[in-house]
Amino acid sequence: MLELKSINTYYGVIQALRDVSLHVDEGEIVTLIGANGAGKSTTLMTICGIQHPASGEILLNGKPIHNLQPNEIVRLGISQVPEGRLIFPELTVAENLDLGAFLRRDKDGIARDMEYVFELFPILKQRMGQAGGTLSGGEQQMLAVGRAIMARPRLLLLDEPSLGLAPIIIQQIFRIIQKVNSDGTTVFLVEQNANQALHIAHRGYVMENGRITMEDSAANLLASEQVRTAYLGM
Amino acid sequence: MDFQYFIELFFGGLTRGSIYALIALGYTLVYGIIGLINFAHGEIYMVGAFTALLVAGLLGYIGFPEGGILIVAALAAIVWTSAYGYTMEKIAYKPLRNAPRLSPLISAIGMSTFLQNYVLLAQTPDFVPFPMLLPEIDGILALFGDVLGPSDFFILVVSFTTMVVLMLWIRYTRMGKAMRATAQNRTMAMLLGIDANHIISVTFIVGSALAALGGVLIASHMGQINFGIGFLAGMKAFTAAVLGGIGSVPGAVVGGLVLGLAESFTTGYVSGNYEDVLSFCLLILILIFRPDGILGKRQVQKV
Repeated sequence: MLELKSINTYYGVIQALRDVSLHVDEGEIVTLIGANGAGKSTTLMTICGIQHPASGEILLNGKPIHNLQPNEIVRLGISQVPEGRLIFPELTVAENLDLGAFLRRDKDGIARDMEYVFELFPILKQRMGQAGGTLSGGEQQMLAVGRAIMARPRLLLLDEPSLGLAPIIIQQIFRIIQKVNSDGTTVFLVEQNANQALHIAHRGYVMENGRITMEDSAANLLASEQVRTAYLGM
Repeated sequence: MDFQYFIELFFGGLTRGSIYALIALGYTLVYGIIGLINFAHGEIYMVGAFTALLVAGLLGYIGFPEGGILIVAALAAIVWTSAYGYTMEKIAYKPLRNAPRLSPLISAIGMSTFLQNYVLLAQTPDFVPFPMLLPEIDGILALFGDVLGPSDFFILVVSFTTMVVLMLWIRYTRMGKAMRATAQNRTMAMLLGIDANHIISVTFIVGSALAALGGVLIASHMGQINFGIGFLAGMKAFTAAVLGGIGSVPGAVVGGLVLGLAESFTTGYVSGNYEDVLSFCLLILILIFRPDGILGKRQVQKV
């Protein structure tokens, strides 16, 4: 479904991604794990067209998307839950969710998806009229995921959804990610919380200093000595 | 100091303030979206006034019905001036989108100087009379004639209606929501499929249209314009925007009205000579003691 081929991305003179190649197939949950500053978020921002790669190709269902503008990429069905959630603090929960469906015109479909989001996160329904900035961290993460779902993406990108959340909330978010995936959305999950991520993913990549250093099934990565010492603290 | 004099000053201040507010909205909208103080915004207002003057002159010459002149001239000024605002952003600010903050600011000052001199050369350095286009409504004059100037009422109604429509537009329309989202977090707005370039263009167009409307109203009220009127008006409106809280739409309205009233009362009770001094003292005091303005939010450092 999504394929990155030898992507190099720079911030000014600093190279953030070095020859990154990876692929995500239809229906999968694929995770990208690695330390802080490894280039995981840059990978997502490059896929979404916020950063443009200096060289390499990004293909969505075989068609190149690396020269498209972010809004065109969203239109093709890629939606991101960015690191730090980036809720619009002064807009209400309902307005935040509405903006998730910004490019859609099918009123009925939007209403159905809104119900779906409230089914996943009942708390958001109670908070509808509240400003996004007044929600707790966990609720903001739920809102960020809900907002991304409102775009009805075929590929959902998540950047550190577990960051700064209580363990019980993390488990809830990860269960939801699995449910969204089993309802038909392909998921590409960036995480520092390698243990949790590898437990729900089908496959995984390990990134270090802007390079992909390992690639395997999630089960093999979990069992790998290298991953266990470097990322699982065992 | 009788009560009627007070009321007279009050309405005079409100009228003046509503014009400041119209121009201040342009500063605050642009600042909210791209974090730039558009110092050429005063010149946009001046271009609006000149456009209306030329169109009105032409319409008068060909014998256009008098009642329609104001409407056509104002619409022409709004459209033409919006085109200026749109083009200005594309030429002077868009190429500097990712440059350090000082660069677009200097570009804005350059744009301001350019527009002033362009009008100076294309028109005249002298003050030119501006026709009285605003209708004088007899019924209103009979009711409020003692305290309200003949064109004041019209200016108040038009500017307040415009501001209410603008606020409803920002609050409820799809484009308004996209604008607020872009102002709060441009990257996130882009990730949701909002075309930030389009939003920025719309912001400049809306801001310029408001300034043009303000230009037509005030020029008709004052009766004369020249190439330099944008500077002082721009500085006053900027003061109003900062006073209310730059980036805040209701703040620009409140700031404009407060500044207009303060000037009117100073002129009326102290001396007309201190009017501008007061505005800029006010600006300095706000910047020192309450840089976030009346309705602005405290800038909290994000972690």
